[in-house]
Amino acid sequence: MDLNTLWFILITILFAGFFVLEGFDYGVGMLLPFLGKKDEERRIILNTIGPVWDSNEVWMITAGGAMFAAFPQVYATLFSGAYVALILMLVGLILRGVGFEFRSRSPSPRWRNTWDWLLFIGSLVPALLWGAVVGNLMRGLAIDARMTYWGGLLPLLNPFALWAGLTFVALFVMHGANFLALRASGEVEQRAKAVAFRAWIAAVILTVVFVVWAFFATDILTKPGVNGLVPAVLAAVALLLVGYFLRQGRFGWAFAMGALTFVLATVMVFAGLYPRILISTLNPAYSLTIYNASSSPYTLRVMTIVALVFVPIVLAYLAWTYKVFSDRVTGKKVIY
Amino acid sequence: MNPVPLARWQFALTTIFHWLFVPLTLGLSLFIALVQTWYVRTGNEKYKQIARFFGPLLLLNFAMGVVTGIVQEFHFGLNWSEYSRFMGDIFGAPLAIEALLAFYLESTFLAVWYFGWDRLSKKAHLATAWLAALGTNISAYWILTANSFMQHPRGYTLQGGRALMADFFALITNPNIPFQFTHVLSGGLALAGFVVMAFAAWYLLKGREKELFGVAFRWGARFALIGSLLVGIIGHFQGQFVLQAQPMKMAAAEALWETEQPASFVVFAIPNERARTNALAIRIPYLLSFLSYNNFTARVEGLKDLEKAAVAQYGPGQYIPPVAVNFYAFRIMVLAGLLMIGLAALAVAAKRPESRPGLLKVLLWAPILPYLAGTAGWIVAEVGRWPWIVYGLLRIEDAISPNVSAGNIIFSLVILTGLYAVLSVLAFRLALKHGAQEAVGQAAEAY
Repeated sequence: MDLNTLWFILITILFAGFFVLEGFDYGVGMLLPFLGKKDEERRIILNTIGPVWDSNEVWMITAGGAMFAAFPQVYATLFSGAYVALILMLVGLILRGVGFEFRSRSPSPRWRNTWDWLLFIGSLVPALLWGAVVGNLMRGLAIDARMTYWGGLLPLLNPFALWAGLTFVALFVMHGANFLALRASGEVEQRAKAVAFRAWIAAVILTVVFVVWAFFATDILTKPGVNGLVPAVLAAVALLLVGYFLRQGRFGWAFAMGALTFVLATVMVFAGLYPRILISTLNPAYSLTIYNASSSPYTLRVMTIVALVFVPIVLAYLAWTYKVFSDRVTGKKVIY
Repeated sequence: MNPVPLARWQFALTTIFHWLFVPLTLGLSLFIALVQTWYVRTGNEKYKQIARFFGPLLLLNFAMGVVTGIVQEFHFGLNWSEYSRFMGDIFGAPLAIEALLAFYLESTFLAVWYFGWDRLSKKAHLATAWLAALGTNISAYWILTANSFMQHPRGYTLQGGRALMADFFALITNPNIPFQFTHVLSGGLALAGFVVMAFAAWYLLKGREKELFGVAFRWGARFALIGSLLVGIIGHFQGQFVLQAQPMKMAAAEALWETEQPASFVVFAIPNERARTNALAIRIPYLLSFLSYNNFTARVEGLKDLEKAAVAQYGPGQYIPPVAVNFYAFRIMVLAGLLMIGLAALAVAAKRPESRPGLLKVLLWAPILPYLAGTAGWIVAEVGRWPWIVYGLLRIEDAISPNVSAGNIIFSLVILTGLYAVLSVLAFRLALKHGAQEAVGQAAEAY
């Protein structure tokens, strides 16, 4: 396996980790104003992700950084091309990031309620837009011979991409509800358990339509050689198992199967893209691939050594953190 | 409409906002770790209370630093796609390493520290404070490694219109890094010292929690003095280095139009960029020669001669950076730095600060100085590199995204700066509110 492929896989892993971890963060953020009726309940909800949301977001930053380091052309084409959408996503991420810190610093109900809704928006917008970005990655963009996309915002808001966005939202809400079922307590825990199943139904409907649509509208599931069909089937099985375990009341398993769904769905998308990263709809020869968009072999070697040394260390202390904060959050243990 | 100035304004404003929050996390994380070490060593609860008191302040700053930092990471692709294509092979690596080595470390352990007072043993909890401080400061190293390449390219080759990394070791041992990194770090220490002193001064003036904030004051004063002295001394040698690496930047910062031997130091003047002269100059003879080369009669190249040399080397074009901006920014930085040293020295010398209300009232406002100095310093570093985005290799106008219209940039510029302005005011008010808690114990426990 060459280093270009290795880095393609590493970035797949980073995005999978990002969707699994920030997925439930976004979901919890979207559920916050609905599952928390009283201030104390909302604080319980915020404190379930309080110690982890920031390091979860680092997965996105690292995925972006790794993309920049390994495939700088992709980074340049995608970020400049999706300019307005990404600015809106940044606004969402900013509101979300400060919301956690700002909300608790004043007891005023109006202040807190305002930030709860900003946290909702700051979780919804990135979830929706990440879905739309993935949808457009699968469909391809009108990229020209100079690796530049000139189309602006409107073509990115096509029905397929928007459907992908809604699918992401539903999956994240389901994932967040499963997480709250595990980590929250009292009323919140009960409401989360009730919501999880309904969110699952919505997620299944949206996902089935999305996958069928993708089968006909993209080559992600059908292209010769490596494609996303097998991971797509496995992801569907994992998603169905989420519902099965929710019915059984086994929320730990439901959460794990949800996480597995995200991993397999990410693998589906990247396998379907491989060896392309950004598909050009103008001419297949204009597509950005892991070869024409990559850094030099030297840089990839350096980065490989750095990753091999430090990724295991990072994973070890992240696992430790989740162990330290693995118990349920009750009214007595809120910090935010 | 030309998108280049808009993209520059957006990057400048968002970076300045970002830099209002980052330096305090550099210094304050170390301050907290050190105070908490004293708590663990002596068992004295006072140190624990101080560490906990400043915790929420650190988190507030950290959150603002993170959200404004994500914007900066995205920025290289958003507005500077041609820069990213040209530099990606070199620039992406330190950014990715920063995320992997530093961001995970600081975000994870800062959260464990903040949420983990009752979950971990004293020593394990102290370790999380140090790991968070380490992560924060490692992050500064990597981003300054990236910036150092833009200031002083080392360890690269040019191939097919792109700069390629030729030597990773040369990249991370760029001679610019030791100056810039230690300058930034000591600036962070000084800022943290002044912020701690300002909060302590508020309590001492009110006559509340005198004992506790007397201790905080003395620690803050030492931080401020050590930081201010270091930032000045390192800054001096950094200036000498930059004079070699980017002579145009220093000549602009000194508004030195003509080559002089010996060169006099312009204390104040009004540079006129059209006439290429200074009005109302107040000069100290020989001083610039000495500051530049440790030699009172050394020759210092002026802007006009440097321009001729640049035209000879790079071809016809404009090469003199905005002189007035650099000149004033440099003077603001140095003046603020000198005032910081003086104030910090007075604070350290004050044996009983609670009986010095005049000094305390000044110290309430003193954090303005390090904030001004830090902002002005970055303006010199970045504006002084004009017309280059990567010194000698890539010009600013060749680096922007061709597919992002001026209209799009106006949209993002308005949204981002508007949002930042509101959030900064809110963060500042929340920080002051935090300082004005009724009881310190409550401040540490209430969230």
